[in-house]
Amino acid sequence: MGNKQSLNSRSHNKCSCNGDDLELILGKYNNDPKRLMDVLIHIQTQCGCISDLAVKDIAEAFNMSKVDVVQTISFYHFLSQEPRGEYTVYLNDSAVAKMKGRDKIAQVFEKVAGTKFGSVSKDGKIGLFNTSCIGMNDQEPSAIINRRVFTNLTEVDVERIVKSMKEGLDVNDIKGRDPVPNILLKGPILKNEGNITDALKKAISISPDEVIEEVKQSKLRGRGGAGFPTALKWRTCRDTKSEKRYIFCNADEGEPGTFKDRVILTERPRLLFTGMTIAGYAVGSDEGILYLRFEYKFMEQYLENILSKMRKDGSLGKNILGKKGFNFDIRIQFGGGAYVCGEESALLESAEGKRGEPRDKPPYPVVKGYLQHPTVVNNVETLCCVARIIQKGVKWYCSVGTKDSTGSKLLSISGDCKRPGVYEIACGTTINDVNKMVGAEDVQAVQVGGPSGVCVAPIDFDHKLAYEDLATGGSIIIIGNKRDLLKDIVLNFTEFFLEESCGSCVPCRAMTNQYKKKLEKIIRGNGVAKDLEQMLSWEKVMKANRCGLGQTAANPITCSIRNFRELYESKLKTATDFVSEFDLEAAVQEYCKTANRIPNLGGDHE
Amino acid sequence: MSKAIVATTSLAGCFGCHMSLLDIDEKILDLIELVEFNKSPIDDIKTFTKECDIGIIEGGCCNSENVHILKEFRKNCKTLVVMGECAIMGGLPALRNNVVSISECLEEAYLNCVSVQANDEKIIPNDDELPLILDRVYPCHEIVKIDYFLPGCAPRADLIWNALVALITGNEMDLPYEVIKFD
Amino acid sequence: MNKITITINNKKIVTESGKSVLEIAKENGIFIPTLCNYEGIAPQSSCRVCTCVIDGRKMTACTTLAKDKMNIETNTEELEEIRSVIVELLFAEGNHFCPSCEKSGNCELQALAYRFKMMVPQFPYDFPARDVDAVNPKIMIDHNRCILCKRCIRRKKEPENPTWFVFENRGNKLKINLDHELTADMDDELAQKAMDTCPVGAIIRKEKGFDVPIGSRKYDSKPIGSDIEDQGGAV
Repeated sequence: MGNKQSLNSRSHNKCSCNGDDLELILGKYNNDPKRLMDVLIHIQTQCGCISDLAVKDIAEAFNMSKVDVVQTISFYHFLSQEPRGEYTVYLNDSAVAKMKGRDKIAQVFEKVAGTKFGSVSKDGKIGLFNTSCIGMNDQEPSAIINRRVFTNLTEVDVERIVKSMKEGLDVNDIKGRDPVPNILLKGPILKNEGNITDALKKAISISPDEVIEEVKQSKLRGRGGAGFPTALKWRTCRDTKSEKRYIFCNADEGEPGTFKDRVILTERPRLLFTGMTIAGYAVGSDEGILYLRFEYKFMEQYLENILSKMRKDGSLGKNILGKKGFNFDIRIQFGGGAYVCGEESALLESAEGKRGEPRDKPPYPVVKGYLQHPTVVNNVETLCCVARIIQKGVKWYCSVGTKDSTGSKLLSISGDCKRPGVYEIACGTTINDVNKMVGAEDVQAVQVGGPSGVCVAPIDFDHKLAYEDLATGGSIIIIGNKRDLLKDIVLNFTEFFLEESCGSCVPCRAMTNQYKKKLEKIIRGNGVAKDLEQMLSWEKVMKANRCGLGQTAANPITCSIRNFRELYESKLKTATDFVSEFDLEAAVQEYCKTANRIPNLGGDHE
Repeated sequence: MSKAIVATTSLAGCFGCHMSLLDIDEKILDLIELVEFNKSPIDDIKTFTKECDIGIIEGGCCNSENVHILKEFRKNCKTLVVMGECAIMGGLPALRNNVVSISECLEEAYLNCVSVQANDEKIIPNDDELPLILDRVYPCHEIVKIDYFLPGCAPRADLIWNALVALITGNEMDLPYEVIKFD
Repeated sequence: MNKITITINNKKIVTESGKSVLEIAKENGIFIPTLCNYEGIAPQSSCRVCTCVIDGRKMTACTTLAKDKMNIETNTEELEEIRSVIVELLFAEGNHFCPSCEKSGNCELQALAYRFKMMVPQFPYDFPARDVDAVNPKIMIDHNRCILCKRCIRRKKEPENPTWFVFENRGNKLKINLDHELTADMDDELAQKAMDTCPVGAIIRKEKGFDVPIGSRKYDSKPIGSDIEDQGGAV
């Protein structure tokens, strides 16, 4: 995997992404302003930054203002106007990465690379940057270096890797551990039974309406977590009059703790692409787009190869499998690093080359989506389910799961357990069962559905993972008894939301910060009872946000207050209703130093 | 009815709020019937001589002396009222909070500014008598518990009057639209 | 245009389809507070101040098109709390020194705070480090006062023209940005237009300000929205 030639050919002082080179790049994307993201990502990967000169040229070519180009660049974590170094290290700083010792790893990186996180070494060689969850929670600590992922990092690894980078080794030649699939339980989706092309053959042998009906019968619901009925989405899209419709696969897997889509993409890509093709047939679309998070850039070439093979054997392209008039092809669209782009309308904005700000709804994407055309956006796992349902039948599919949550669910399990990895369980499995399965003992809490989900206390471990009980996109983080729940988990999650907010809605942008401040006050032991009540009462303001990110950004705090109230109360000051954190001694320090004075605060300043 | 005992002070403020307090025109005669002033620049009593019912604070805290006085007010007054933008959110003195650090501020004022003359020893005022300057200007409620907030720059005389009367009589405060202003 | 009947605050209203809840409310003397909405610019519900309960769900009045039989509540206790908290959040998030602001008295953010009787601060002030962009010869942008409503960004001279105002960064690092080259020869009329578009004092015309005495400014004696409510028919 990976493209060896281009990986090390970049150097920020010789950036050539303007003039003729830029013309070539623009040409590759049909000189289409809607492909701005592709252009920017191309330049960023090639040059390590998008220089002012490149911005100017792109703006001219696309008849945009320069600031308009910059506003897209500045939205995405992996795009930058400043050089990020010949080798750019993105070290995961998710809660689980921290559990697994990433802070120590970060120190070693800083020591050997000779630069701090958030900056590039003086010689421009190595840049160190933090990043949100990269989908490797079962193999932490992990880092992305020039698109290659290094997992299970040890201090010795880091020293060796930095040494190799200093020597100028190609990143693919550096010794390191590549990601492994870690599939520990296979179910109906992951078990590789039969030829998946049969699913496609079967689909095109019946009418599109019949395909939608099959999916409807299966009661399949969106696997991203929200659980919207898939058939209804398809039906609406098909029924919306338009010359063009799009199928998007949402592979932006950004919820911290989830990595099952990564495993599907590397282990069952054909299943997914077949699912997309069936979706295309069902709703009457000829174009599928896989919106893949930038973190998974390492699998680009591999996936492109699979797509080529499928084109060659007639499963993609014109008149698929001989079905006259059924044309469908898939292209990969990369994101630039933004959690909010997992929200379907933000994803479409991003795919159109813009900032990933969620749209106002209605209209929903199924009516007005990509480039204003009806668009289905489905999760990776959902589309795999579709392929299996068609391949093996509704009855077979519904034999697993519960009445309201049919089928299986892929879980990404990480944290304090013996066997982290991907598990395909039947919907309806309890948390207790999960804990047993993965070897989790002394469990303080289980975070179901990532930071935006629920922090479940042991008393509720008999609850089921199913839409009618605990709905989840698949992220399960086990939190052991020794962890400081508020500091290690809740605060980390809150900081994550603060970092990933698009900033459009006032409550999401400004209130999350107030939540963080108040939580920190409580962690410092300066909270009072009123603080808890205030944080719960602010929740209604958060619910007024436009998208799911904003509406759930306070969940880590409000949910843990509800389920772990005693823990919070044990940290409060109970004898008073007012605590000032003002520290006179600290407040006068800078002045005293500047004016060369000894603080004479006197005895009456308590 | 015995008179309510009132103390007032101006911390990092401009005395504008106190001017507004005096701006209640002929009602000042009624005020004297209702209250007795203790520590206040109005009667020039410098130290608390008894426990007060109401303390009225103008200005936020920009130095150690402000903090000291504010804490004294909290100790000696049953009810603490802040008046004016400076006391509520720092006001104009707090313009420095988001611009420069206190060291940059002082260095610019006393060392680097083009108009600085005759400071060859490069001294930033440091006499022991001077209060210590805080790293930023703090709103009063970040330092002690505040019971009531009267916004304005300065608060309208009617707002101060209505608030005082309500506090003394225990009645609801009258808040017509015109009296709540931030400038 | 179809005739539709909707209910706002228990009052039946017959109107035409194709209008937003906000517009219909306004026509009927019901004031729904807004910040990011501006007449003539396509709405984008980013301030969330006009959040109403529409058919049981919280939705923004500026972006929701009225449909037949829709039931709308505009002023429940919860909604009013949400609005006043949002306004307070904006005061705490930026550096809003009303006493020294040219827009004071004509500022929509301040006017909403007056209307909601915002007196007791519940959020600590952030005092973020923000600067003033005075490069343009006609206008300056005071980021301290910007509430990121996007009105300037959405208001374009011609839709096909390159954008002058844009966002930069995201989350709580978000700020507006102006293309200095494209706006170098901005005339007074456009400068005034830019300033008028801004609900607060973030876009200010140079060499102008404080020209209306205190007492005669827009929101000195009457609350924002009273022009709508005074039309009669208020619920």
